[in-house]
Amino acid sequence: MKKIINQPENIVNEMLDGIVKAHPKAVKRVEGFEVLVRANAPVSGKVALVSGGGSGHEPSHGGFVGTGMLDGAVAGAVFTSPTPDQVYEAVKAVDGGKGVLLVIKNYTGDVLNFEMAAEMAGMDNITVKHVVVDDDVAVENSLYTTGRRGIAGTIFVHKIAGALAEQGADLDQVQAVAKKVIANVRSMGVALTACTVPAAGKPGFELAETEIEMGLGIHGEPGTHRAEIKPADELVDDLLAKILEDIDYSDSEVAVLVNGLGGTPLMELYLMNRRVHEALEAKGIKVYKTMVGSYMTSIEMAGASISLLKLDDELKALLDAPAETPAFTQL
Amino acid sequence: MNAEQVIQVLQAMNQVIDREAQYLTDLDAAIGDGDHGINMKRGFAAVSLKLEAESTEDCGAVLKTVAMTLISTVGGASGPLYGTAFLKAAQAANGKTELTKEDALALLTAAIEGVQFRGKAERGEKTMLDLLIPVKEAYADALAQGLTLEETKQTILTVMDESIAFTKTIRATKGRASYLGDRSIGHQDPGATSSYFLIKTVMDSVG
Repeated sequence: MKKIINQPENIVNEMLDGIVKAHPKAVKRVEGFEVLVRANAPVSGKVALVSGGGSGHEPSHGGFVGTGMLDGAVAGAVFTSPTPDQVYEAVKAVDGGKGVLLVIKNYTGDVLNFEMAAEMAGMDNITVKHVVVDDDVAVENSLYTTGRRGIAGTIFVHKIAGALAEQGADLDQVQAVAKKVIANVRSMGVALTACTVPAAGKPGFELAETEIEMGLGIHGEPGTHRAEIKPADELVDDLLAKILEDIDYSDSEVAVLVNGLGGTPLMELYLMNRRVHEALEAKGIKVYKTMVGSYMTSIEMAGASISLLKLDDELKALLDAPAETPAFTQL
Repeated sequence: MNAEQVIQVLQAMNQVIDREAQYLTDLDAAIGDGDHGINMKRGFAAVSLKLEAESTEDCGAVLKTVAMTLISTVGGASGPLYGTAFLKAAQAANGKTELTKEDALALLTAAIEGVQFRGKAERGEKTMLDLLIPVKEAYADALAQGLTLEETKQTILTVMDESIAFTKTIRATKGRASYLGDRSIGHQDPGATSSYFLIKTVMDSVG
């Protein structure tokens, strides 16, 4: 393992300090906890949004704390859900009196820990609701699984629900629009290499030199199948095919997120984006907005995911609303 | 078993988890996200430190300290699940300065109910319940039949070996391994395995 670290157990703490020093006007830490909140938290009279999960997905989620998106982000150990006491501190730190919405990615650990935190906050008379993001079409959603995983589509939830909260909506409305985003966003990724959790010291799995895994999860969970590496356009077509067969996008307008997993350069993401636009145009699907970059990463994994959000007028307006956070700013 | 002995069992659990952490992580890497051993090791190391300063005679208080420490240090799914298990056991042991073999069954039963409530899981889904429930049933039978301590231990060990082997044959429908579908078959469940080590430690500590 070759990484720029000090002690593996200090990575999250030291990273959060580094984020605050880079963006002191946007975020601050909750003393003694691995929690980032807006520098001006709590914002009185506004519904607050808290997300989080294991670390290793930067800029998710701390990078999206700021005006128009999240109020707080909880950072667990690398690839490990944060504990309930940490989430509870985040909720207390951001509650501005109108309640708190937890944005949870669908992993058993995240759901359990955030639910326990919500129960703890409930005892303090803080109203807490939650949504669970499950945008990954690579895994089957059936009675026989925990349901689909939450991946890069979560960024759209932060952006859109965050914008509505900023406009003064109440907790039920913010939760409802978050659910609407979740119902209309689908994602799928491909991995070219594995990644190494620092505390483990070695990659969680192996991919051969020319091998890729379709649908691999952002913690290295197995995907749908392994294949030989192929040209960018064919990779995009394969990913899009799975996404497009899942919900009916015909004649709709969409937002596109081409997301890097940490080890794939922008150069390659732009190649993918070019093909995404070509392919959608050929199908009569209009791209309203495009985001290309590394938003939801998997440490140093090479690979990318594509997310498509089907839009209506409400979602378009909220997507266009201003936001100012360390990792996403739009005026 | 008094509170001091309960603490000794928990210190022994820390040593066992520390020793087996890599094995648990390797099992998890095959069908999960490869952090089970790392997380359990972190949690039980914290429990061990906390218990060095614990001086209560209330077995329930000891177990509550364990629960709260696991909840705040383990993370993942195992943190809330083991945390809730110990919390329910703590409630069952509340105010007791001495735990009998009947108490042990009540604690285990409460712990299992906690895991089922928190994880919304049943037996047969390739989770720690596939170890814990058979152990509880075997132990209840052993008590009812009046088996000796040695006979009880032998019975439970056999059941545990069978249960661990059984988790290899079934498909996961809960937790991260459920995404694998049939590909989870053939792999031993890491959560059931950590439960195996914890129960085994309790058995090695009595008699």
